Amino acid sequence: MWSRVLAVIVKELRQLSRDRMTFAMIVMIPLVQLILFGYAINTDVRHLPAAVVDMSDSSYSRALIQAVTATQVVDFSERLSNVHQAETAITNGQIKAALVIPVDVGERLVRYSSGHYMTEPVAQWLVDGSDTVVASTIKGLRKMPMDEVLGNPHSEGVPTLEVVQYFNPEQRSVVNIVPGLLGVILTMTMVLFTAVAIVREREQGNMEFLITTPIRPFELMLGKIVPYVIVGFVQVGIILGVGHRLFAVPIRGGLDSLALAALLFILASLTLGLVISTVARTQLQAMQMTVFVLLPSILLSGFMFPFEGMPQVAQWISEILPATHFMRMARAIVLRGAEVANLGYDVLWLLGFTLVGLAVASLRFSKRLD
Amino acid sequence: MTELAVETQGMTRLFGSNKAVDSLDLAIPKGSIYGFLGPNGCGKSTSIRMLTGLLTPSAGTIRVLGEALAGNEERLRRRIGYMTQKFSLYENLRVTENLNFVAQIHGVPRRQARERVAELLTLYDLTGQHKQLAGSMSGGQKQRLALAAATLHQPELLFLDEPTSAVDPENRREFWERLFDLCAQGTTILVSTHYMDEAERCHGLAILERGIKRADGSPKQLMAQMGARVVEVGGDDLRTLKQRLTQQPAVLSAAQIGSRLRVLVRDDEGDPVQWLQPLIAGRTLEEVRPSLEDVFVTCTGARAHPAPRESSHVE
Ligand SMILES: Nc1ncnc2c1ncn2[C@@H]1O[C@H](COP(=O)(O)OP(=O)(O)O)[C@@H](O)[C@H]1O
Ligand SMILES: [Mg+2]
Repeated sequence: MWSRVLAVIVKELRQLSRDRMTFAMIVMIPLVQLILFGYAINTDVRHLPAAVVDMSDSSYSRALIQAVTATQVVDFSERLSNVHQAETAITNGQIKAALVIPVDVGERLVRYSSGHYMTEPVAQWLVDGSDTVVASTIKGLRKMPMDEVLGNPHSEGVPTLEVVQYFNPEQRSVVNIVPGLLGVILTMTMVLFTAVAIVREREQGNMEFLITTPIRPFELMLGKIVPYVIVGFVQVGIILGVGHRLFAVPIRGGLDSLALAALLFILASLTLGLVISTVARTQLQAMQMTVFVLLPSILLSGFMFPFEGMPQVAQWISEILPATHFMRMARAIVLRGAEVANLGYDVLWLLGFTLVGLAVASLRFSKRLD
Repeated sequence: MTELAVETQGMTRLFGSNKAVDSLDLAIPKGSIYGFLGPNGCGKSTSIRMLTGLLTPSAGTIRVLGEALAGNEERLRRRIGYMTQKFSLYENLRVTENLNFVAQIHGVPRRQARERVAELLTLYDLTGQHKQLAGSMSGGQKQRLALAAATLHQPELLFLDEPTSAVDPENRREFWERLFDLCAQGTTILVSTHYMDEAERCHGLAILERGIKRADGSPKQLMAQMGARVVEVGGDDLRTLKQRLTQQPAVLSAAQIGSRLRVLVRDDEGDPVQWLQPLIAGRTLEEVRPSLEDVFVTCTGARAHPAPRESSHVE
């Protein structure tokens, strides 16, 4: 039995090493996706062009401007003398936002720090709302603590809501995206490669010869999977290596934990590919079915939108997908330094998925042509 | 009674409403080379796939090597070899890699496998190509490699589906020499073909047309029993003569071969030379020995011409 499995593995690796196209895909898919997602899909907003309308022109207002500038969210490129000018500049698209500081900003700040409930805001932002990301970023500045503006090291009486951010303190989305990309890219390549690897043999006629030999379906399935586990690890290495170098994504957890999680996910994805290969008749069908799995894996796994915010039905679907479980594990390990041992539920789930998938594929694979 | 390697009764296979193979009865004795002769689409591959357990027959029973095929496929597959019509080894593997793979799948121990592969390379004249990728070889080389792979585990029964369709005549003759060698070692061979000269080499053969067996027997028997006699006519203007003759109900076919017209006359007309004499206006006449092609034409062509396929639905 094992010699037959080994024979299939060796054969598959040989073929893979001679197939330049697949070889290129193994390397290029993760690289291109990583660079695309890493650079383009950047939801961190910085250095928005903004103006300031300072009607008080006091030490308070200057301190306030300095504090806002320090957040790096906006660059005050212009000083305007009234609100009307600011509105025009926003309409023309010269600036995205304007900070309007009233004449009595000093008194307002004092009231604020003495613990009065804020009846009047300290200052006002005018924002270009046509870009929702910009608008929500500026809204984020609304709760900016004002203590530093007043020069108080700590304001005693004011119970301001304090947000303490663990992990990823700079709020860079790329840090969150890279572990998620691991899941997306592996889903795409692992499912596709195995599905196509078997369907292609059927399409090209190799299967007709192979199934008249004593090989057992389970042996064939196992032999087809193992080489792609190696391919999967190559891709994990590329994504994490490049993510680490290019985007300084930290890897807090142990590499052994991450490798184990990746192994489980790769196996689950590969068996999913096997199941697809027993259904698809042509390579094109296999690709279409892969996309059918890939889309929910991107949209519902927590890669794009937070899992917790999804409607109940979407959460159920997402719980079925191996990508969801892997993404949870990858983020926990890469960003929070968790261990595989802390993630028992996801581990068991991926293991179960693999075993059931392998059984289904072996049973469905028939050594017949009809 | 001789032992049978393959025995079928009423073997039938439907694809939708299309009968690819229709109630085929076969009795192929062990140790012989048996041929399936017929045009493309007549059901040769479908029959072989049923006999190798790849397709389930819609009706009928199959016995292979003395056992019922149904339920025993896995065990029987160790004793049979199958060379598919389309090259089914791996084009991006080298010759030896392909053969080693097949040996491992058949569970041949490593040392024995090495010897067997070397032996096959010599036997099928592939020693010079052993490092070449299978996909880059010529038709004849691919065919020899496929035969080597199909016989690696020394099967008792070998199925060859149109093995020589991509091979030149020189290599074809060489290939048949190898088949006779195998046969002499006791292997039963079932080979499909649409070449008459190949069919003529078989010990026995079945002529298939649209899934139906039109005739079977040894080539000699078939020629003796074909129910027509063959006359060759020489002279001028054979094209018009051909048109005139084919209108006669007793003429099964008239085909020009070089400067002669080969005419098949039903044998219930008595002496064909005498019967033809008044129709040919002083051209020369000679009765000749029938060929397998004549058998084929009498079995199939005669029926095919007056009633094309679709007309059967109209009636
Ligand atoms: N898998 C299939 N599905 C549907 N029809 C088929 C299939 N295989 C063969 N056929 C049909 O069965 C008939 C016999 O085909 P085949 O056995 O391949 O002929 P041959 O090998 O003699 O050329 C043809 O009409 C062909 O179209
Ligand atoms: Mg065929």
